[in-house]
Amino acid sequence: MAIEVNGRTVEWKDNETVTQLLQRIGYVFPLVIVKINDSIIPRKDFSQAIIPDQAAIKVIHMVSGG
Amino acid sequence: MDTQEKKSIKKKLEGACVGIAGIGGLGSNAAVALARAGVGHLVLVDFDVVEEGNLDRQYYFFDQIGKLKIDALVETLRRINPSLDCIVHPVKLKRGSMEILFRDVDVILEGLDRAETKTAFIEEVLLKLPGKPLVASSGVAGYGEPDRIVTLHMGNFYLCYDEKAKSSEEDVLIASHVALMANWEADLALRIILGEHHGH
Repeated sequence: MAIEVNGRTVEWKDNETVTQLLQRIGYVFPLVIVKINDSIIPRKDFSQAIIPDQAAIKVIHMVSGG
Repeated sequence: MDTQEKKSIKKKLEGACVGIAGIGGLGSNAAVALARAGVGHLVLVDFDVVEEGNLDRQYYFFDQIGKLKIDALVETLRRINPSLDCIVHPVKLKRGSMEILFRDVDVILEGLDRAETKTAFIEEVLLKLPGKPLVASSGVAGYGEPDRIVTLHMGNFYLCYDEKAKSSEEDVLIASHVALMANWEADLALRIILGEHHGH
């Protein structure tokens, strides 16, 4: 019962959304791109998308500059 | 590498098309690298005008101040390669249709500035053009820590990433570092065009 977030093993919680996971792991950056397994999760779906057990998650934060 | 292989690389690059979203610090430097490398076709999208404040890191010149960046850059690129094919769109990318102008390119290179725009663009491209290779970057501001830059590779999405960099509102944008990220992106675009193992 675990997931992997940016290569780190994190406890899996039943029925947890992307928003809740980001809060739990203390990810405070305002603009992030989230990939669960091979799918990109649009930001508008963060509060509904449920994290499956064994998921491999990538969280990338975007900062200004170009 | 034998001559035949070098010829095949040249031919592949001549036939390739890279679409660049935003031609500020990242996009303008990347475009120059791609043109010099021999990429034959570029699609450039930017609505901005060259300002004096751009000259500290963007590939523009003092005598181009006031020109559309698109026009100024094409002028420079054609001085490198007169037969370079440039398709230009002097427009602002609009939410909901940000990917449209890039549908037919081989690789998309993100060169936008604001985090919000970058995130929206990446999201739209990944969702609406799932098979399309995309190279983007995050963490362009700052200097002196080039070793922190890494490439995150997720399927068709490549991100040139400095996880510890501050945003450009909190740190400086410096020519050397911006050009490093821009060329990093261009280099990844070439790798995608040529295939991961080509020539290695």
